Amino acid sequence: MALALQTFATVKDANAALRSTGTRYLGGGTLVVRAANEGDVSVSGLIRSTDPALSAIEIIGDNVRIGASVTMAAITRHPNLGTLTKAARAVGGPAIRNMATVGGNLFAPAPYGDFTVALLALDATVSTDDGEMPIEAFLAGRDGSRAIITSVSFTLPQADGFRFLKVSRVKPKGVSVLSIAAVLLLAPDGTVSSARIALGCMADRPMRAKATEKALLGRTLDQHGIAVALAAATEGIAPITDPIASAWYRTEVLPVHLGRLLLG
Amino acid sequence: MAKIPVQFTLNGSEKAEFVDGGTTLLNALRDKIGDTSPKGGCHQGTCGACSVIIDGEIRLSCLTLAETCNGADIKTLSGLAEGGVLHPLQRAFLDTFATQCGFCTPGMIMAAKVLLDHTPNPSRDDVVEALSGNICRCTGYEPIIEAVLLAARANSQNAA
Ligand SMILES: Cc1cc2nc3c(=O)[nH]c(=O)nc-3n(C[C@H](O)[C@H](O)[C@H](O)COP(=O)(O)OP(=O)(O)OC[C@H]3O[C@@H](n4cnc5c(N)ncnc54)[C@H](O)[C@@H]3O)c2cc1C
Ligand code: FES
Ligand code: FES
Repeated sequence: MALALQTFATVKDANAALRSTGTRYLGGGTLVVRAANEGDVSVSGLIRSTDPALSAIEIIGDNVRIGASVTMAAITRHPNLGTLTKAARAVGGPAIRNMATVGGNLFAPAPYGDFTVALLALDATVSTDDGEMPIEAFLAGRDGSRAIITSVSFTLPQADGFRFLKVSRVKPKGVSVLSIAAVLLLAPDGTVSSARIALGCMADRPMRAKATEKALLGRTLDQHGIAVALAAATEGIAPITDPIASAWYRTEVLPVHLGRLLLG
Repeated sequence: MAKIPVQFTLNGSEKAEFVDGGTTLLNALRDKIGDTSPKGGCHQGTCGACSVIIDGEIRLSCLTLAETCNGADIKTLSGLAEGGVLHPLQRAFLDTFATQCGFCTPGMIMAAKVLLDHTPNPSRDDVVEALSGNICRCTGYEPIIEAVLLAARANSQNAA
């Protein structure tokens, strides 16, 4: 079936075209063209915008704005985004990373969305032409979302304050059994003063580990200090089952990997 | 539906074609232009057999729409040998028996070429990482890794 692609110089015009039924935005195409190749007839037209702002990375002080069309490969190459390299490199093999965009990753269903797990821990803001919204609100409503995402922005954490881990069975590339990202701040006495932890594959989309975060406050990052947090790790999760791992397996191994991440 | 004009450089030659909307680069190369070196394995981005180099980067031609390649510089395996002389990577794949059925070979060699273009003396881990998006069902990977390391050594000896 012919799949019409319309290209627009501005996001505004692309947004208007995206209102027609059957149209989807084309990022890197790793999910949407794949769906068309598989015979998904719900997509009859693709829209994209070549606005250069969509491909820009802007860093002012520790404020980072990444355009939605920026690829995972571009993030790994950026000299000032070293903190995020691990999360961007977690997405597919080299060819996928050259194509996969930040915008597309925000919509990727589990077991995908590894970079979005990092963005959720970073408390990123998701922008469209109409305004901004917190990433949690975006993720909750993404199924009904029709607007083109233009960028994500966040405060770059201190290098030692951000941790990311992806567990997969096929090395070095392979989809996630689970992924975890954490932004941790420590008080001068070594206890946790603030914690944001995000999980991938523990629901149909990235989610916060709120019970774990709460249980870590005021604790030290050692076996004894993290015990309560690990016990709370599976609270509120509904892991996916897929050919990589069952929900049961994911539930069993989450505290193990979370423990390793927290102990550094 | 109207055909869409696409122009790009393929292995150094200008190509101009009319394609149907939504035609993948893989299908345009194989069915329209007649370059059958990129192979269609899964059409899902998983096997890497369709890998080609677009503007210096390794990409999957099965997930790339031909229309988005206007003005691009595309390289495929069929453009690698020069004047009938095999590229060092092709030579090394033969010498190490890194090709059996050969279906994965074009994608493997293109992925390896991008690696060697940027990292002339790769470590074994670099090679494994560069080929991690390419599946081979015959060789067990070791001869392929050996071939890429051999081609790198041959290149650096030639350069010395
Ligand atoms: C073989 C393979 C391996 C993979 N491995 C991983 C992995 O390990 N980890 C991982 O996280 N993902 C993985 N993926 C999934 C995918 O490549 C990534 O999630 C990628 O980031 C999706 O981005 P894209 O630009 O290619 O999305 P597209 O396919 O272009 O789009 C996906 C969806 O998002 C929408 N969209 C895209 N951009 C925007 C925008 N700016 N505004 C609004 N809507 C938009 C599209 O309309 C579509 O519905 C893999 C995919 C394949 C094929
Ligand atoms: S045919 Fe493109 S990755 Fe398999
Ligand atoms: S040689 Fe047969 S798939 Fe690799």
